[in-house]
Amino acid sequence: MLELAELRSFWVYLSASPLLGLTVTLCAYAVAQAIYTRCRFSPLANPVAIAIALVCGVLWLSGMSYERYFAGAQFVHFLLGPATVALAVPLVRQLPRLRQALGPLSLALVCGSATAIASAVCITVAFGGTAELARSIGPKSATTPIAMAVSERLGGLPSLTAVMVIGTGIFGAVTARFLFGWMKIASHEVRGFALGVASHGIGTARAFQVSAEMGAFAGLGMGLNGVLTALLAPWLIPLVLRWLGV
Amino acid sequence: MLVSFTILLLFQCVGEGIVYVLNLPIPGPVAGMLLLFGALLAAPALQRRIETDANELLRHLSLLFVPAGVGIVAAASSGSGHWLALLAGMIGSTVLTLAVTALVLRAASPKGPDA
Repeated sequence: MLELAELRSFWVYLSASPLLGLTVTLCAYAVAQAIYTRCRFSPLANPVAIAIALVCGVLWLSGMSYERYFAGAQFVHFLLGPATVALAVPLVRQLPRLRQALGPLSLALVCGSATAIASAVCITVAFGGTAELARSIGPKSATTPIAMAVSERLGGLPSLTAVMVIGTGIFGAVTARFLFGWMKIASHEVRGFALGVASHGIGTARAFQVSAEMGAFAGLGMGLNGVLTALLAPWLIPLVLRWLGV
Repeated sequence: MLVSFTILLLFQCVGEGIVYVLNLPIPGPVAGMLLLFGALLAAPALQRRIETDANELLRHLSLLFVPAGVGIVAAASSGSGHWLALLAGMIGSTVLTLAVTALVLRAASPKGPDA
């Protein structure tokens, strides 16, 4: 019979090694995928959101610190780099359609990127947010490292920006299908590109779950909007704030 | 798998290097993606070599956001008192961005069968 004290010391041993954080992450993802499949791939059952909630639940119940969890989970986190590089592969597949749509895509990118930045600042200020909060939320549609760097340079709160980026990704991935359905937009190219521009990597992950074509265009939108936000936000955000008189 | 993974890491390294040396405002992996895009155009054999593994990695893109997401949720509990403004900004702006990008792209595209 395993004594409680023994169980406890085993837990202490296990939670000190990276094995546990890694296992918890993969198990939570497997459960989230099963729920997502059971819900017939409804965007409401977003696997990123479910897996995050499950891991948070485990951490809260077990009292494991985030640092300790991340010691294991960082192996998964690390793969974001090579996965971003890998986005070039589906992109090359879509090259003929890409060439055809180069003009429209560039125009949509510039309009979408400017809308993402300016509307986030305006709405936040309209609902009583300070200039600091507006600077933190302005770059929210870009991928996390770009958004945090922009926010920091403008005097925002980078950690708050990170929260807004993840929230934007999940919210876009969850609601895009309903919005596009209502707007009667069926094209996978258009849906994918808009998802990538508005909701970066999490939107792109959702797009890949629908089709490889939608994923390729989402990856393109995400990559391009990351670059454009880095160039556009540093002068557009102060401009909008001055215009609003904040 | 190992060869493809090594190729992806090599491109990421070169991307990080270029971003660092030229002091560019984009992350290294995004630069690596653009470099790989160029390389795939120049050498189609490379595409065949890494295609299957790259797609397998991208199929599980959702998983890769979990660790960072957990950290952000853990940090969010110590947020400021302006959640209404932040929530409104995030929701309103995301919906607007999706709509504007999609509408402009559809309006600017030459009319195709699914446009």
